[in-house]
Amino acid sequence: MTTEVGSESDVKKVPEVQQQTAPASAEPSQEESPSDPEAAASPEPSSPPADGGPKKEKGISRFLPPWLKRQKSQSQDKPGESSAPPKQESVEAVQEEQEETHGAGAATASTEQTEEEKSIGSADTQPVREEKEEETKEEEQVIPHEASGLSALKLNKKMKMVVCHVTLLDGSQFSCEVEKRAKGQYLFFQVCEHLNLLEKDYFGLSFKDNAEQRCWLDPTKEIKRQIRNSQWQFAFSVKFYPLDPSQLTEDITRYLLCLQLRQDIASGRLPCSFVTHALLGSYTLQAELGDHDPEEHRLDYISDFQFAPNQTKELEEKVVELHKSHRGMTPAQSDAQFLENAKKLSMYGVDLHHAKDSEGVDIMLGVCANGLLIYKDRLRINRFAWPKILKISYKRSNFYIKIRPGETEQFESTVGFKLPNHRAAKRVWKVCVEHHTFFRLVSPEQPTKTKFLTLGSKFRYSGRTQAQTRQASSLIDRPAPYFQRTSSKRISRSLDGAPVVNVSDYSQAAGAGENGPALELNSDSKSQQVEVVEEPDADAATSISSETAFESKLRVQGENIYVRHSNLMLEDLDKTQEDVLKHQASISELKRSFMEATPDPMPSQWDKRLTGSPATTLRLQAQGSAEVKPEVNGQPEVVEVVEETVVIEEVVKAKPKSPAPEVPATVETECAAEVKEERSLSSDSDSEEEAEYHAQPPTTSISTQQIKEEPEEEQEAVLIQQAPPSGIESQPITEAAEPAPSAEEEKPAELPEEEVHADEPLATPDEAPNGHALQAEAPPTLRAAPTEEEEPHIVNGSTSRVEAEHLPQVICCSEPPVVKTEMVTISDTFAAQKTEISTKEVPIVHTETKTITYEAAQLDGNGDGEPGVLMTAQTITSESLCTTTTTHITKTLKGGLSETRIEKRIVITGDSDIDHDQALAQAIKEAKEQHPDMSVTRVVVHKETELAEDED
Amino acid sequence: MAGLMSGFGSFTHAVVRALPQSLAKEALRTGSLEVDLLKAQEEHDKYVSVLKHRLGLEVVELPADEALPDCVFVEDAAVVCGDTALITRPGAESRRKETEAMKAALTELGLSIVEMTDESATLDGGDVLFTGREFFVGLSMRTNQRGAEILADAFKDYAVSTVPVQDRLHLKSFCSMAGPGLIAIGASEAAQKALKIMQQMSDHKYDKLTLPDDLAANCVYMNLPSKGDVLLHCTPEEFPESAKVFEKLKDHMLIPVSNQEKVKVDGALTCCSVLVNRKKNI
Repeated sequence: MTTEVGSESDVKKVPEVQQQTAPASAEPSQEESPSDPEAAASPEPSSPPADGGPKKEKGISRFLPPWLKRQKSQSQDKPGESSAPPKQESVEAVQEEQEETHGAGAATASTEQTEEEKSIGSADTQPVREEKEEETKEEEQVIPHEASGLSALKLNKKMKMVVCHVTLLDGSQFSCEVEKRAKGQYLFFQVCEHLNLLEKDYFGLSFKDNAEQRCWLDPTKEIKRQIRNSQWQFAFSVKFYPLDPSQLTEDITRYLLCLQLRQDIASGRLPCSFVTHALLGSYTLQAELGDHDPEEHRLDYISDFQFAPNQTKELEEKVVELHKSHRGMTPAQSDAQFLENAKKLSMYGVDLHHAKDSEGVDIMLGVCANGLLIYKDRLRINRFAWPKILKISYKRSNFYIKIRPGETEQFESTVGFKLPNHRAAKRVWKVCVEHHTFFRLVSPEQPTKTKFLTLGSKFRYSGRTQAQTRQASSLIDRPAPYFQRTSSKRISRSLDGAPVVNVSDYSQAAGAGENGPALELNSDSKSQQVEVVEEPDADAATSISSETAFESKLRVQGENIYVRHSNLMLEDLDKTQEDVLKHQASISELKRSFMEATPDPMPSQWDKRLTGSPATTLRLQAQGSAEVKPEVNGQPEVVEVVEETVVIEEVVKAKPKSPAPEVPATVETECAAEVKEERSLSSDSDSEEEAEYHAQPPTTSISTQQIKEEPEEEQEAVLIQQAPPSGIESQPITEAAEPAPSAEEEKPAELPEEEVHADEPLATPDEAPNGHALQAEAPPTLRAAPTEEEEPHIVNGSTSRVEAEHLPQVICCSEPPVVKTEMVTISDTFAAQKTEISTKEVPIVHTETKTITYEAAQLDGNGDGEPGVLMTAQTITSESLCTTTTTHITKTLKGGLSETRIEKRIVITGDSDIDHDQALAQAIKEAKEQHPDMSVTRVVVHKETELAEDED
Repeated sequence: MAGLMSGFGSFTHAVVRALPQSLAKEALRTGSLEVDLLKAQEEHDKYVSVLKHRLGLEVVELPADEALPDCVFVEDAAVVCGDTALITRPGAESRRKETEAMKAALTELGLSIVEMTDESATLDGGDVLFTGREFFVGLSMRTNQRGAEILADAFKDYAVSTVPVQDRLHLKSFCSMAGPGLIAIGASEAAQKALKIMQQMSDHKYDKLTLPDDLAANCVYMNLPSKGDVLLHCTPEEFPESAKVFEKLKDHMLIPVSNQEKVKVDGALTCCSVLVNRKKNI
């Protein structure tokens, strides 16, 4: 099988390359293809952007034309038919090539399959990809020569397969071959299938990075990019320790959790007393060996088991003594007892990270289901429950939490911790966000209406949060899968005496068939594990990201902020289902808000996770998410590239309730491209954030809210700076910029939403330097209409680009009949921060902000003023190395017409090394491809550039 | 099988120690009150009698040591939880030797002994509040961080959180457990502040029983077979208002125990015994 796959993939790649290069070049490429694997190896590593997209397109201009073409083509449904003649040719050529190469079935279909397999297995995605590829090709054709060299690289890359080694919880190894560009979720899915595991949301794959640090594999990202130069060696393990294991649906899940805990205990990661070691050990024996048999079980029968880090004879004797008392207990019961005791251990499920407090004292940060714990040595010296935390952020190697003011306090305070390095800070932040999302948030229900989204349905079931997972688990309807317990690592001693049996092996045999898609649906993994179903999205996202991404340049350290709305969370508990639903929307928003944008790639990662995760479900449902190609009515797509991703979830909520806010909509995709330099981090992010606020036109009620909030935020920021209790570097800019955090209680509406809502032409960027998003709205089209594409509406094709090679890179967006607005703001960060900033570390950065808006004339006409009923609003975020794409989709019902509006925010972050234009162009292209039916109404490009950099 | 953290308040044994004559004059005290030795003796006898006769505990009575005027307050010498006993290193130099007899007694009871050998560590049992789910350790004049760390190491199953104690001798000078998940807490500002900290540090929810008098917030809770919830608390004579609060605990067997004399040397109800549960294996 593998071979075949490989060949297919090769074929496919080849065609693409050829297309890109030109039909003529096809033959040569074919020749190359066979040898790909080998040849590919060298090239791939060298090329930072896995996608190769960036390389392909060097100029925005190239892309622009393609857009127009693409849209048309997409509308037609077939890429080949795409309006541009070149495309057709290319497509045909490709097909031909394929056929030639493989003789028979290697037609487009095969290609598609291959892709599916590779990527994640979702068929939906494929088409999109192909289209994209084709488009790209076309573009390239237009400007053929530039890309040819690159194309070759692409071929090689795509074709390669890599063998992944996964260490399972029972110590056995699972190997599987994945396409080199496969995403984490693909591998994760393979593993879960092998294990016959349905309740996978609690689990994840991890790998060791170059610094020997364990990192979670992000399901939504390409594996290769995450592991970098490390080996393709992973560990399957529990990521979220369920607070109440008895609520898990299947014994097999509990069994795996037991295995993890045994590991944790044996390694000392989960400390226990002697008595507890003995008790847990005795349950382990009962589960794996059955009743104590005096004849068969002498004292040494357990010598192979490790019950504790330092196992003594005394302990073993105690274990045996207790084992005897468990007579009659089934393995499942024993596991349950094991878990009932283990879950009470104080360090159960606590993920520890080394850090220093503001005074440089060594402490440990413990992230758990309930919040953040602070340890000094073994002592808990502080605890911040999720409801207490307003915002989580990191900047450089610092990790911050903003604390809700206590009853007697008036101001929020921010506590900062120093992590060993930037990556560590990011890691803690991510873990926090994930835990918060998983344990604290309720996921939204699936929208019934979602049909318009192709991918939407698939995502429905993916549950990210614990709530979602539980719900999903309740749907599991299969006979308890057979699985064999292997004594922890002493397989030989297993009950039956059977040699080593991997759980996986049996399970597969037993349940593989059943598992199918249904399983996936039920137990979509949370963030990381996105299942095949999700793949499409992921792919799309990935493709975009990959294309745009420039790896090395990413160094930008932005801060990522994760904001949680405690109110919402609290409310969730009490809410009725309806309320919950409403909340869901808000939640999704929240999620987005979490990622308050920082220029860093980090946030985006988060986003991705979110997307993949259950929580995401909300987004997914409603949205086709960025990845999905929205079948939107011909609305203009505005692609905004905003560095920040701020989401205002709450806003969404508000909207639904109040009919007015939403504009009748069309899908708008906004692309804003921002280019930042690494150094500018702090300032950039800040400015960006601000930009978002400002940028959005307050047309909608929502927008209004947002505006209001902004001031608040600013205020808060000030406060924060003043109050930082723990020596923390206050991030003046950032805070100010981050609207979301402040809003938490109030339900801060964040930029993304704002953008969405505000369709108004030019945003008035008062405060914000970035006024990016102006969205023009297209006249609402029928909901059903999505299929009917109002291409005419589409204005996009036009292109305008501003390019600059200078540091201040200009972003180009193209939209047709457009009104162009440009606004340049140069801000001195310091000036902005009035307060004393404790941080010496904060580099002073002068930022130049430029915002250019292109609007389609038509759009304005749409009655923004007309209130519609918001039907759905979804936000999806995807991330690549240097780009973060946030897609916000809103459906509004106005007078019988439904409008779908898609706003995309694409934030491109990176050095001048990065070809921002390309990235932007690519992003825009992608957006168009994704939503062929829609027209682009507005493109706002917001560019921030550091004027002065700080070293360090 | 009893699981981890079950059976809060279940005890079978109590270790107490007789009152030395030297207590009247030499026992440490934050105040400057004179102790009536006879009355104190009487009080203590009554206390022991309640444990032994009324509640039916096996009482191990250690002999007094005149060289250790504070030796009656055995609580400070050891922290027992489950099958493990941590022999402390009392913060007051003069009390360090109190642990010897305690260690012997607890060893006799079959507990696994952990000793605090670190010379930089100090810990008084009076600063240790075990809630059934976790420990709170007061950082006071008598107990330091290192002592708390060692305690955490001795009882690895449980979270150990530190609570700053100011203006009071011990953490349990103003609080104690009055039931499973029920914290008796004094009404003073210091006590309330400490409670807030404890609540913030904990993953668990506790109910609180607020007593108008801080000293009255020190009570002894037990859950005994055939007796149910038992609470030894202050007498109405000492703290009338607080006693009324205790009397509202309808489900508890309430046993007022006088502590008028010992309190003069900062002795509270919990101070005079170390409770042990030895019947259950695990």
